[in-house]
Amino acid sequence: MGQTFAEKILAGKAGLDEVEPGQIVTVPPDKLLTHDNTAAIAKIFREIGVERVARPETNVIVLDHVVPAATEGHATNHQQIRRFVAEQGIANFYDVGEGICHQVMPEKGHALPGSLIVGSDSHTPTHGAFGAFAAGIGRTEAAAVMATGHIWLMVPYSFRIVISGQVPKGVSAKDIILHIIGDLGADGADYRSVEFAGPVVSEMSVASRMVLCNMVAEMGAKAGVVEPDSKTRDWLRGRTTVEYEEVFADPDARYERVLEYDVNALEPQVARPHTVDNVVPISAVVGTRIDQAFIGTCTNGRVEDFEVAARILRGKKIAPNTRLLLLPASREVLLAAMAEGLVTDLVTAGAVILNPGCGPCLGAHQGVMAPGEVTISTANRNFKGRMGCKDAEIYLASPATVAASALRGEIVDPREFL
Amino acid sequence: MWKKVHTGRVWKYGDDVNTDVIYPGKYTYTELPPEEMARHALEDLDPRFAKEVKAGDIVVAGRNWGCGSSREQAVTCLKHAGVGALIAKSFARIYFRNAINQGLPIVQCPAVESVESGEEATVDFSAGKVITPRGEYSFPPLSDFVMGILEDGGLIPHVRRQLGIE
Repeated sequence: MGQTFAEKILAGKAGLDEVEPGQIVTVPPDKLLTHDNTAAIAKIFREIGVERVARPETNVIVLDHVVPAATEGHATNHQQIRRFVAEQGIANFYDVGEGICHQVMPEKGHALPGSLIVGSDSHTPTHGAFGAFAAGIGRTEAAAVMATGHIWLMVPYSFRIVISGQVPKGVSAKDIILHIIGDLGADGADYRSVEFAGPVVSEMSVASRMVLCNMVAEMGAKAGVVEPDSKTRDWLRGRTTVEYEEVFADPDARYERVLEYDVNALEPQVARPHTVDNVVPISAVVGTRIDQAFIGTCTNGRVEDFEVAARILRGKKIAPNTRLLLLPASREVLLAAMAEGLVTDLVTAGAVILNPGCGPCLGAHQGVMAPGEVTISTANRNFKGRMGCKDAEIYLASPATVAASALRGEIVDPREFL
Repeated sequence: MWKKVHTGRVWKYGDDVNTDVIYPGKYTYTELPPEEMARHALEDLDPRFAKEVKAGDIVVAGRNWGCGSSREQAVTCLKHAGVGALIAKSFARIYFRNAINQGLPIVQCPAVESVESGEEATVDFSAGKVITPRGEYSFPPLSDFVMGILEDGGLIPHVRRQLGIE
């Protein structure tokens, strides 16, 4: 009988011929990703009573959540992590300024097709865009992975989502995944592995595939995946010397659900406050006043996102009394955006550029909101209080919609600017 | 304590019970002693629960138990209240993992359809069966590794034992 992508990866790592959904396997992850929470994880690791990390070559640690440190407390947290890294001889450590962990992982060649990645961050499924099986885990279990080199995982049921049609002008991967989340609901893919397929996915850039996989967390999924192809291989060329083995679902694999979406008539989509599945077509929210517009994050902080924003904003000025924040997902993205002139275009139009990192997305610093304010953001979460103020509102949308909205100071349909 | 066959009195609940009603957010900012955490268990869902729960009782629920925040206290408060097992049609993923890593036996099956609060249910972990007054269900047996975690009382004690640390 055929196996899904998740079944094949987990069976392979567990040394079994096949596995079935619901079965629990103990497997050695190829990579354990942690970030600013590494100090807390290291504390639990020490409580276990182990001296040395079991497989330090599997650790990838990226400082991204509050960088550079906003307070003495954050600075001390970073300091503890640097000491842990030095003490344990962890080579794959990326300090302040390198970027968001989910962008740095693939850029540095740590997210490879066929690999098993666990990370103490809920958006770890992003790495499925490279054909990896990547799932978020808790802190206690991240500490246990450090101590033992292994983790237990339940083999998930799988969905196959086939996306076809002609992507309309002004519609992007973000609009497609928001539409799917709105359709399936916040627990619509709970504990599932979601395989994305179909002509639209094949045509998509690697960056856009990362948007799809990043956001599966918002419908409860354990992992999202796009099977590797020539685009994946081209993207990874020169980033790793490790030989990887691509893994594909069998054509006769058994899926719990096969869902088909045709994007021919899809409008730009917006998630309204305060849940990600509260999704409507843009026409339902046009005219909503905004105070702040934010383009960045592990969802939409890549070069193609700044390109579309620059197409809309080049030679113009954002609306008075509106702030536009730009947050490149990594140093590499920032350098590319500078080389293309995008930073000049956007800053000239009135944008504020922030250093690579998680920035305003989690409300700890940079671009925190005031009561009654409204932000339209390219991030992945709009929960109450997410950007640091429980009396503020967050709308989620594509980079095109956010850029166009900054121009008007209210939510607008980006198609009139493209 | 942990038994391969566990029988207990049932507390029955519905679908989409979120971590806020299992353990309110206002108590998550301070570290409370176990007995006080137990007093707040299911506070905003069923005020009777914390007063009347007995050691070994079983919580039986519908879909998506434990959705919402990833707070580990939503598991530990039930453990401290003496709950012996948790059975639901489905669990939010992080809740499921937290339960096993905290040593709270957890079973996914639709037993909620054939049992009422106050009746007894039995979970047989070695046979992979749940028996209620009006139904019998199979679930895939937990792997030896996961059984080991539950028997040791959670992931951290398990890892310590596995590595020979006293």
